[in-house]
Amino acid sequence: MEWEVVIGLETHAQLQTKTKIFSGASTAFGAEPNTQACEVSIALPGVLPVLNKEAVQCAIKFGLAVNAEIAPRSVFARKNYFYPDLPKGYQISQYELPVVGKGAVTIQVPAAGKNAAYEKVINITRAHLEEDAGKSVHGAVEGMSGIDLNRAGTPLLEIVTEPDMRSAAEAVAYAKQLHELVQWIGICDGNMQEGSFRCDVNVSVRKKGSEKLGTRREIKNLNSFKFMQQAIEYETNWQIETLEDGGTIQQATILFNPDTGETRAMRSKEEANDYRYFPDPDLLPLEVTEADKAAVRANMPELPEAMKARFEAQYALSGYDASALTTSRALADYFVAAVDAGAEAKQAANWVMGSVSAKLNAEDKAIHDSPVSASQLAQLLKRIADATISNNAAKQVFEAMWAGEADVDVIIEAKGLKQVSDTGAIEAIINEVLAANSAMVEEYKAGKEKAFNALVGQAMKASKGKANPAQVNDMLKKKLTA
Amino acid sequence: MALSIEDIKKIAHLARIEVSEGDAAATLSKLTGILGLIEQMQAVDTTGIVPMSHSQDLSQRLRDDVVTKVNLREEFQKNAPALGNGSSEPAVADGLYLVPKVIE
Amino acid sequence: MINSSLKQLGDMLQTKKISSVELTQSFLSRISEYNPAINAYIALDEAKTLAQAKAADALIASGSALPLTGIPIAQKDIFCAKGWQTTCGSKMLANFIAPYDAQVISQFDAVGAVNLGKTNMDEFAMGSSNETSYFGGVKNPWDFDRVPGGSSGGSAAAVAARLCAAATGTDTGGSIRQPASLCGLTGLKPTYGVVSRYGMIAFASSLDQAGPMAKSAEDCALMMNVMAGFDERDSTSLQREKEDYTRDLNKPLHGLRIGLPKEFFAEGLDANVGNVIEGAIAEYKKLGAEIVEISLPNTGLSIPVYYVLAPAEASSNLSRYDGVRYGHRAAEYTDLMDMYCKSRAEGFGAEVKRRILIGTYVLSAGYYDAYYLKAQQIRRLIAQDFIEAFKQCDVIMGPAAPSTAFKAGEKVDDPVAMYLQDIYTISTNLAGLPGMSVPAGFSAGSDGKALPVGLQIIGNYFDEARMLNVAHQYQQVTDWHTRMPELKASGDLA
Repeated sequence: MEWEVVIGLETHAQLQTKTKIFSGASTAFGAEPNTQACEVSIALPGVLPVLNKEAVQCAIKFGLAVNAEIAPRSVFARKNYFYPDLPKGYQISQYELPVVGKGAVTIQVPAAGKNAAYEKVINITRAHLEEDAGKSVHGAVEGMSGIDLNRAGTPLLEIVTEPDMRSAAEAVAYAKQLHELVQWIGICDGNMQEGSFRCDVNVSVRKKGSEKLGTRREIKNLNSFKFMQQAIEYETNWQIETLEDGGTIQQATILFNPDTGETRAMRSKEEANDYRYFPDPDLLPLEVTEADKAAVRANMPELPEAMKARFEAQYALSGYDASALTTSRALADYFVAAVDAGAEAKQAANWVMGSVSAKLNAEDKAIHDSPVSASQLAQLLKRIADATISNNAAKQVFEAMWAGEADVDVIIEAKGLKQVSDTGAIEAIINEVLAANSAMVEEYKAGKEKAFNALVGQAMKASKGKANPAQVNDMLKKKLTA
Repeated sequence: MALSIEDIKKIAHLARIEVSEGDAAATLSKLTGILGLIEQMQAVDTTGIVPMSHSQDLSQRLRDDVVTKVNLREEFQKNAPALGNGSSEPAVADGLYLVPKVIE
Repeated sequence: MINSSLKQLGDMLQTKKISSVELTQSFLSRISEYNPAINAYIALDEAKTLAQAKAADALIASGSALPLTGIPIAQKDIFCAKGWQTTCGSKMLANFIAPYDAQVISQFDAVGAVNLGKTNMDEFAMGSSNETSYFGGVKNPWDFDRVPGGSSGGSAAAVAARLCAAATGTDTGGSIRQPASLCGLTGLKPTYGVVSRYGMIAFASSLDQAGPMAKSAEDCALMMNVMAGFDERDSTSLQREKEDYTRDLNKPLHGLRIGLPKEFFAEGLDANVGNVIEGAIAEYKKLGAEIVEISLPNTGLSIPVYYVLAPAEASSNLSRYDGVRYGHRAAEYTDLMDMYCKSRAEGFGAEVKRRILIGTYVLSAGYYDAYYLKAQQIRRLIAQDFIEAFKQCDVIMGPAAPSTAFKAGEKVDDPVAMYLQDIYTISTNLAGLPGMSVPAGFSAGSDGKALPVGLQIIGNYFDEARMLNVAHQYQQVTDWHTRMPELKASGDLA
């Protein structure tokens, strides 16, 4: 029996504001406990919230970036529940009327095994502003939890998708794309270790072809793409096995344990919650005018879609290449910097998506941590273009630069990788090869094209790879037809 | 919509207020009286009337994103309650507020 | 001196006939004499108070005094005042020392007024008799067997007994006007948003509004000049030009159209109270006012609507009292859930718990539409009634409370009867309109003692200056507001 997994994501992106969403307390990460917990953050009696303008602008930016409807009027509501890290006993969020409505994100799902890469549109249901909770710290005092409210009140944008994803790969591709997008437009620093970007994943399974959604379980607070992949795969298998064994799935909130690779239900959320949402009487409706939107739009960076179209036109890149280069602003910036430094565009694209990306992936590095800068890469590509080195030699130079050596020309010199383009030297080599391989020459003359390639190979080998392959080709052809 | 003892227990739990078995019955009778008063609303036809959350028809004012708060932790934590369970020490340690262990 | 108006006191201070320290000390000595019996104050701090008086004297000496500089004002214990015990009448906050000032407190500090102490109140402002206070009930200075009204019962009793020059109150459903009526003083609840709510401990955020409680309309106007004003820390604070609330006090009332809502004179109104109100209306006619009969057809619904909306907001506003960061924590508990449930069960009194439970219920899944949403819809109908009414009149008048002060203990076990005390005041809170209570005469209680009756004046949005004018003109031709109860010193009461 074939099963299908259905996945939807709720992502909490901490907005890059200096202060909290409803007070002037700093949001800087890593301060001593409760030193950034002002009277509003700790919910002293009598305090009141006032909305941060920057947080609203971040939400509008996001809405514009995903082509969403931006509500002319949205409402803050209280979500009531007791938890020590929630000092007011309610979270100020948006419920019935969120600031950002329906939008969409186009994701690139990478090739995997026999499956080719593909694009898919993931629909955004809504995105709303809300405040983050504080943190519980364990171990300070035996048997107690310590509450740090520095994070309480940090602005969050909760971005909710439709259940549009059908594999862990799609979910991860969406999460990565969203992660890039929020950084691209400058609303979130994307730091997953610090919890700036956290995903809750709703997973359900159903028989393929069925229209009805299965009962979902929500995996909370995933803060790495690797864990997301593992958690979804584990959870999917668990749900399928449970159903195949005749069991049923209960709606639940679950946690992923990276050490065991397993998911388990949260104990504190066992009871059904009744959040008693109602409009927050301390806050008035948020109005966003066309002028507000225009002002935000004027300060928006070029968005990935627009940049992709521009890359295709300006650099004559294929749609696939342009898409791949614009999955991240940093990657796109790197590519443009390499071209601006003199690299040929198509070759730069190939290298950025090829060797550079492969190395970054292998070492789990981000593009801005690349040991080879865009200008260094351009220098290297120029040496290929001016025939100083071959493509193969360039890979060796690249390795050396990655390992920390700086100057392309110095490396070429030191490793003796310079191509031999001297006609006399190449002719001498070819003469030797022709003399030593008369049988092959005969075969070629008898019409066996393959023999030609073998002769080129012999010549390259004799030059220890340094001969300019184009010149070898030309000269050999001339000699054989002479 | 008559209230039951079970309802009282449920809402008391949601509100995190301990109500003893004895008090539950008394609470039920008082709340039933209040709900009786409230029930008068049901006679009104409110079809199409926009709910009124605020007495002013205004929109939210926005605050500039400027840090205005300083660290007043020591001042605020002077109000920390006593830890309890035999300890009269304030329920704070290393700047953290102390609560019974939170289980996720 | 204790009976002097704020203006007179100001003049005496500024002409140095008396110092602020002397004035403050004379109130403090009255407090030590009478407060043990009346229980109008929860917190007194002589050292702090006198330090402020001294600072005020320096300000006066330097020639930079303002109208309320050096005048001792009692502050309802709902306002956070830095360094002061701030309890909101609750065991939950019995040990809470506010680490910051409410905007109202800052405003009085800024003009050099003296904080005389924190006045008693119904717990979290939930009550109409001051009997829900953790710190004990307050005696009505006109009859110690009776309640002063609530929730601002301590402020009302303090003003009535001349234990302060004036006081602040807050009004969510009548908590300034009903005690003002029951204690024979002038109290004003401004338009919602005129006085900042920052630092005022929340009961029902969309209804709460602070205002003055004083001996006269003129005193209230001077208090309003200090209290009103925009505050960027309160999102519901209104950005308006600063106004002088005394500016229209002396305007004649000729041609004033007074609307009398027939629903305010229907069943439920004590006949003697009704007579007093009619007497006041007759006085206004003599002043040149015209009477217009109006209707506020949804008045009867204001109580049901209020007892959905106010508890709903309160249930959420009071969730912060969880025993974690401040406030009462149970002495013994097994785990987090137990700590929450015990701390809140112990820290809150019976009425507060009832309202939290009602509020939790009306917001809970399955009931929201039938209760909360419905109440918000009817709230609009009630507000629209007033909009219609103000097309026909300039101010609305009626009783502030259905009866004179009732006996302590009389209604405390019957929440519904207690709630009906606010039948004439609640609708203005729901609409966000300003309302006043003005002393209009006396009515003999069941035991023959004369008890004050308050006339309510309801104005259109931002019409406070006109309402104060309407009240002030009445006070120029009547002397009800100057009457003062005869007090027995504490020693005489056993």
